[in-house]
Amino acid sequence: MLAAVVGMLMLASCESEAQGPVPSTGDKGALTIEFDNIVGDKNLVLGGGASTNGAGEDFVITKFNYFVSNIKLLRADGTSYVVPQDSSYFLIMENKKESQFVRLKNIPAGTYTGLEFMLGVDSLRNTMPIERRTGVLDPGGSMMEDGMYWAWNSGYIFLKMEGTSSKGNPVNSKFYYHIGLFGGYTTRTVNNTRIVKLGFGELKADVTTSKTPEVHLFADVQKVFKGPGINLSIGQYNSVMSQQPQVTAQIADNYTQMFSVDHIH
Amino acid sequence: MQFTLKPGRGTRQVPFACAMLAVMFAAISVACKKNDDPGVKAGDAAATPIQWKKPAHFPDPVYDLSRNPLTREGVELGRFLFYDGILSRTNQIGCGTCHQQEAAFTHHGHELSHGVDDLLGTRNSPSIQNLAWNPSFFWDGGVHDLDLVPFNPVENPVEMDETVKNVIIKLQNTPLATAKMRVDYPLMFKKAFGDKQITSERMMKALSQFMLSLVSAESRYDYYRLGDQSALTVEEQRGMAIFRSKCGSCHAGELFTDYSFRNNGLIPSGADDQGRFGITANPADRYKFKVPSLRNVGLTAPYMHDGRYHSLQEVLDHYSDSIHPSATLDSALNRPGQKPGISLTATEKQSIIAFLATLSDGHFIRNKQFSDPGVGTNF
Repeated sequence: MLAAVVGMLMLASCESEAQGPVPSTGDKGALTIEFDNIVGDKNLVLGGGASTNGAGEDFVITKFNYFVSNIKLLRADGTSYVVPQDSSYFLIMENKKESQFVRLKNIPAGTYTGLEFMLGVDSLRNTMPIERRTGVLDPGGSMMEDGMYWAWNSGYIFLKMEGTSSKGNPVNSKFYYHIGLFGGYTTRTVNNTRIVKLGFGELKADVTTSKTPEVHLFADVQKVFKGPGINLSIGQYNSVMSQQPQVTAQIADNYTQMFSVDHIH
Repeated sequence: MQFTLKPGRGTRQVPFACAMLAVMFAAISVACKKNDDPGVKAGDAAATPIQWKKPAHFPDPVYDLSRNPLTREGVELGRFLFYDGILSRTNQIGCGTCHQQEAAFTHHGHELSHGVDDLLGTRNSPSIQNLAWNPSFFWDGGVHDLDLVPFNPVENPVEMDETVKNVIIKLQNTPLATAKMRVDYPLMFKKAFGDKQITSERMMKALSQFMLSLVSAESRYDYYRLGDQSALTVEEQRGMAIFRSKCGSCHAGELFTDYSFRNNGLIPSGADDQGRFGITANPADRYKFKVPSLRNVGLTAPYMHDGRYHSLQEVLDHYSDSIHPSATLDSALNRPGQKPGISLTATEKQSIIAFLATLSDGHFIRNKQFSDPGVGTNF
């Protein structure tokens, strides 16, 4: 398995190098993916109006952040373009509009019919030395205020959702879901990295030297509560972090299903 | 891409795999003539390399020094950062506050340590020594890389309660007229790393360089080990033999630890700290804590993860008489037909204590190169 991983890394690494001088047939363009967070049929507004989850509980979201990484653009013929890994980590934050636009550059021109990404930070990156943890991965940098890294149990938080509810904890009515765990360094733990694969269906994204398609995705908070993993009840779980690994895995199974392609323009 | 750990793999394989991959990456970078790695590079005004020396009788270090080669300027910057309270929200608590040199970089006399605003933590401050050999850090092993260790105390609300991001801003704004000592950190970063840029990577690597320089290998035991038979008395040598046979399965090798996590039969305290379980969430890890090195153990009282024992006598009495049985109790403490523990007579305990005293390294605790340059606080 190690050999396979190394092979993939080599491929990814050298692929990025191929973006130097553009060969005559290798036109490059750009593509943007918008992560638009919603609650059911409404736009997500932090601290906004209350919604009702699948367990019939009221809730208001106050924080919603997640990592998207290891992006792959898929073609109809089964081939794909892998975004060079070092340039493929994005932290989507509901309170930072610009973070919701993942702008990919140096994309080979062509027609793309789907995309694939990891929700979270891959296990290997979680074990890498500090010089390979730059940008949104900097454990002391841009994440600090929103804390997407566990310093005491070294590893990234993949998705953080917090809010208030009448069923929240009795002290401050809040609920906290911090989902991380990459599989462990020397001792095996739950691995909550998840791959999301989305076909564009009837739609397609045409990347040309002059045209930058924008793939508009929805991410539905309701699906964090209710999905194939668990019908999450705030009353039952007002705080889920690293100490309830089985529940985190169920929530991860839920949110893997929260994405849909709304439109491409 | 997903990197799953297969059940049944040897525990050492993942770091190995990572090391392999690091090598592969390096090779790839060269092969593809790609250089997107903003890694630390010494600048033109090159910092002065220091040869980090492994004591002859020690095993090879775990820390990859080639990633962060020690320089005089890097170690010196790390020393200032280590002692400077600027790392804390109150600008009062430095690393050296709870890791004091005269106590082999522990918090002498403190069962638990008090951080900002005198808030108490839940664990006894461990010794900062010989960290190049540590495969994991903290009592629960929650961090696997020395460069990632300082994020933990800096951000812990009862230790320094600060953010590394804000520490960097504060460092960028030095020298400060109001500071106890007017340290020009941007200049020190320039001397160590070639320019004045301060990043978390550089800050952590400088701290690592200083901590890696804290090698303790000049105790009387070491002189004995390296051939001076007169370095230990007969009593101490007898203690060493008893220690090796009764304690040496866990406190193994020249570092006097096998770095494993074990439940050594302490009755859970009020905090109900479950140790390693907090990291792995594996019920088999409940109440397991890392086996600490016993180097300088005579200087690092109190003992255990919560500092509950104030003397080595109490520690040995624990092992002989006070083992608390539980589901995860270490099997090395089982005694067939008896309650669990280690059989030790009063005389044997005295011999062991005499031997342990020979692990104290006077040079280590007096070496001025390891001392507070004048920026620290010592409560």
